[in-house]
Amino acid sequence: MMIDFFRNHSHKLFLATILFTNQLKADWFALNMTRGITNISNEVFELHMLIFWICVAIGVVVFSVMFYSMYAHTKKKNPVAATFHENTKVEIAWTIIPFLILIAMAVPASKTLVKIYDDEAGDVNIQVTGYQWKWQYRYLEDDISFFANLSTDLDEIYNLVPKGENYLQEVDEMVVLPAGKKIRFLITANDVIHSWWMPAFAIKQDAIPGFVNTAWTKVDTPGIYRGKCTELCGKNHGFMPIVVKVVEQDEYDAWVTEKKEAAMKMAELTTKEWTTEELVQRGEGVYAVNCVACHQTNGEGISGIFPALAGSDISLNNKERHIEILMEGVQGAAMNSFDYLSEVELASVITYTRQAWGNAEDGDGEIVVPKDIVEYKKPKI
Amino acid sequence: MSAVIENHHDDHHHGPAKGLQRWLYTTNHKDIGTLYLWFSFAMFLIGGAMAMVIRAELFQPGMQIVEPEFYNQMITLHGLIMIFGGVMPAFVGLANWLVPMMIGAPDMALPRMNNLSFWILPFAFFILLSSLFMEGGAPNFGWTFYAPLSTTYAPPSVTFFIFSVHIMGASSIMGSINVVVTIMNMRAPGVGLMKMPLFVWSWLITAYLLIAVMPVLAGAVTMMLMDIHFGTSFFNAAGGGDPVLFQHIFWFFGHPEVYIMILPAFGIVSHIIETFSRKQLFGYSSMVWAMLSIAILSFVVWAHHMFTVGMPLAAELFFMWATMLIAVPTGVKVFNWIATMFRGSITFETPMLFACAFVVLFTIGGFSGLMLAIVPADFQYHDTYFVVAHFHYVLVPGAIFSIMAAVYYWIPKWCGNMYDERLGKLHFWLSFIGVNVTFFPQHFIGLAGMPRRYPDYALQFADWNMVSTVGAFLFGVSQLLFLFIVVKTVMGGKKATDQVWEGARGLEWTVASPAPYHTFTTPPKVD
Repeated sequence: MMIDFFRNHSHKLFLATILFTNQLKADWFALNMTRGITNISNEVFELHMLIFWICVAIGVVVFSVMFYSMYAHTKKKNPVAATFHENTKVEIAWTIIPFLILIAMAVPASKTLVKIYDDEAGDVNIQVTGYQWKWQYRYLEDDISFFANLSTDLDEIYNLVPKGENYLQEVDEMVVLPAGKKIRFLITANDVIHSWWMPAFAIKQDAIPGFVNTAWTKVDTPGIYRGKCTELCGKNHGFMPIVVKVVEQDEYDAWVTEKKEAAMKMAELTTKEWTTEELVQRGEGVYAVNCVACHQTNGEGISGIFPALAGSDISLNNKERHIEILMEGVQGAAMNSFDYLSEVELASVITYTRQAWGNAEDGDGEIVVPKDIVEYKKPKI
Repeated sequence: MSAVIENHHDDHHHGPAKGLQRWLYTTNHKDIGTLYLWFSFAMFLIGGAMAMVIRAELFQPGMQIVEPEFYNQMITLHGLIMIFGGVMPAFVGLANWLVPMMIGAPDMALPRMNNLSFWILPFAFFILLSSLFMEGGAPNFGWTFYAPLSTTYAPPSVTFFIFSVHIMGASSIMGSINVVVTIMNMRAPGVGLMKMPLFVWSWLITAYLLIAVMPVLAGAVTMMLMDIHFGTSFFNAAGGGDPVLFQHIFWFFGHPEVYIMILPAFGIVSHIIETFSRKQLFGYSSMVWAMLSIAILSFVVWAHHMFTVGMPLAAELFFMWATMLIAVPTGVKVFNWIATMFRGSITFETPMLFACAFVVLFTIGGFSGLMLAIVPADFQYHDTYFVVAHFHYVLVPGAIFSIMAAVYYWIPKWCGNMYDERLGKLHFWLSFIGVNVTFFPQHFIGLAGMPRRYPDYALQFADWNMVSTVGAFLFGVSQLLFLFIVVKTVMGGKKATDQVWEGARGLEWTVASPAPYHTFTTPPKVD
C-alpha cells in the first residue's frame, strides 16, 4: 500500500521508519477489550460483552424498523401518509420495556462492582505514587522503593531509529508481584492527578495528590503485563507506562532480597569520599531521568514555564538555596520536592547542574557531596 | 445575510442600517442570529483545523509534526472552541432566528442585551486564541481543566483562559435569559405552552439548564483564579483543599452542558422528520416530557464522569443507576422519531438525510454511553479512545449534524433562495462517510487500550489510528464544501416559496421567503 510510495522517499529518515512500524505488530484485530487474567477482569469482560450484545440487539430491532420505513414508506411508494399519532399503550410499552432491560443490566453490574470494592488489606501492600512523569512503587512490608521510568529511547520516539516491539510500553524497572497473593495498591500522586491503569487486572484508579485510593488484585498467571497513565498529567502524559511482572513466590522472595541488598549498598555510598568527576558522571544520569523533561538536556528549560538552570544565579552562586529547592520544591510552581531521591542522587545531580553547561566557569563551581544532604536533613534547632 | 430584503421602503425606522454599523448596533433577532451562525461557523473551522493537527500527529506512531506540549494545547483549544464557540453559539443563532418566528413574536424580548451577548463573544475567543502566542503557550490541561494541572501546574495564560470562560458564561447566561423571557412573554395569542413547536420547547429547557449551570462554571474558574493568584487552597490538598472537589463542581456544570448541546438538536430533528415524513409527530407531549426528564436527570448523574476518582461504593451505584435511567426518556425520543416516519410519505432532501443520520448515529453514541455507565466496565473504558468515540458520536453526527440539517432546512426561509440540492447531498454523504471512518475505529482503539490525550502511542494502535486520520481529513475537507454551499445559497439560487417544504408546519412558514426584516409586528392568529 503506502509502503511503496514511501520506499521511494526513504532518504527521509522519519518516513523510512513507517516501514518498520508497519512490519511490526500491525494489528487490525486489536478491536476489543482485553479479557485480562484475573477473575475480576474476566467478569468485567463478560459484563462488557453482555451489555454490548444487548445494545446490538436493541439496535438491530430499532434500526430495522427505521430502515424498513425509509425503504417502504417513501413518497413514491406511499404517496399519502397515514395520520395516526399518540397511542398510550405503545408509549407505555416503549417506556417499560427499556426500563426492564436496564434492570437486567444493572443487576450483574452492581454485583461485580461490590466484588471490586472488597479491598481489605492484602498480603502485599504497595504504595503507588504518580509523579510528572513516572511512577514510584513502595513495598510497605519490605521497605523497598523505586521509580519506574519510560525506557523507550528518544530516537525511537522521534523516528530516527526503528521502533522496538514494546515501544512506549517499557520501563527501566518493573513492578514485581508474587502470583496467587492478594495485592493491594495504595494509589496517590505527588504533583498533579494521574491514573494507574492495568487493563489485564481491570484496575484503573486515579492517583490524586493528598489522597490515597485503593485497588486490589490477585493474579495466578505469571507473566509481564503492560498498562498506562490515563489521566492527563501534562506534557509527558503519554510517556509514563506501567509494566508489571508477576512471578512465582520463590522468585519474588529472591527479588526482595536482592532489592534490599542494593539499598544497603546505596546507603554505604553516602559516606564515601566523592570526587567532582564521580558526582558529575552519576549526576548526569540522575538528571536524565528526573530533570530533563522540564529543564531540557541543555539546561535551558522551556521559556515561560520551566526556568533555565544553565547560567541561573542559583546554579552559579547559591549552593544553599540550590539544595533547599531540591529538598523543598518551589511553592506555587511545577517544581516539586525531590527529597525522595537518595542523598547520593541529590548530591550528584546538584553537582552536575553546577558543573554542566559552563556553570562551573561562570559561577563559584562549588560541589555538593552526599554528606551535605545528610546535614541538611538533620533537624535544625 | 445580504439577501434579507427590505420590505418597508417607506418606513426608515424598520430597515437595517447600512454597512458595518448594521451588524455592530443591530438589535434585530434575525441579524443577531446571522452573526451567531457565522461566528460559530468560523469557530467550527478553527477548532476543526486544530483537530486536523491532532489527527495528523496521530497518523503514525512517533512524534512527527508537533511536540507533546503543543499537542496538549491543541486538544484543549479544540475542545473549548468546538463546545463554547462552535456548537453553543450555533444553537443560540438558530434560537435567535427561529424562536420569535415560531411563536409569532416580533423580536426577542431583550434586543439590546441580545446585541451585547453576541458582541462579547468574539472578544472571549480572541483572548482565548491569543494565549497561543503567549510565553508558556496556550492552556494545555484539556477542556476539562482538572486542578491542580490547571492551577499550580498551569502555564501563565491560564488567567486569560479564566477571563475568557467568564465572558463566554456571561454571554450564555444573557442569551438564555433572553430566550426564557421571550418564550414566556411574547407568544402570540393561542400559542399555549403545549402548542409550542418542539424546537421552542427544547430551547426553553436548554435555557433553564444554562442559567442553572453556567454560574457553577464561573464559580469553578473563579476558585481556580483564587488558588492561582490569591493564596487560597480550594483544590490543593496541601492547604486543606481537595482536587476532586474541582471535578465535582466541573461536572455538575459539565453534565447538564452535554444536554445543552443536544436538546436543541432534538427539537430540530423532530421538525425535520415531521416535515419530510409528511406526517404529524407521533407523540408531541411525550417528546416534551422526555426532554424535561432528561433535563432533570442531567443534574443527578454528574459523577459518572468520575467513576475512577475513588468514590464510595454507594455513590458509584447511585450514579450508575441514575445514568442508566436516562436511557428511558432518550429511547422514547428515538422511538417517537421512528414512529413518525412509519407509514409516512418520506422524501430524502438534504435536511432529512442529516436527520436520519442523526437518529442512527446519535443512538449509537447513546449505546456506548449506556456501556460507559456500567461502572465495572467503565474502569476499562474510562479516559480511553472509547470515550472519545462516544462523545464525538453524540456531538458530531449528533449536535453538529442537527445544526447542518437546520441550516439546510431553514436557509431558504432566511435568504429566500434554495440551496443546491445536488451539492447538499454530496456534502451529506462525504460528511457521513467521513464521520464514521473517523470515529468508529476509535471504539476499537479505545477498547484495545489506548488512552485519550496521548500524542504518541504503542504500535498495536497504529492501523486504526491511520484510518481515523484519513476519515478526519475527509470530514474536514467536506466542511469547506458546506461553506461553499452556504455562500452560494446566500448569493443567489432558485427562489424559495413561502411554504418552502411541502410538509412543513409552523408559523415561520407563513411569512414570506426571505423572511422580512420585521415579522409579526402584529401577532398572528393561531387557533
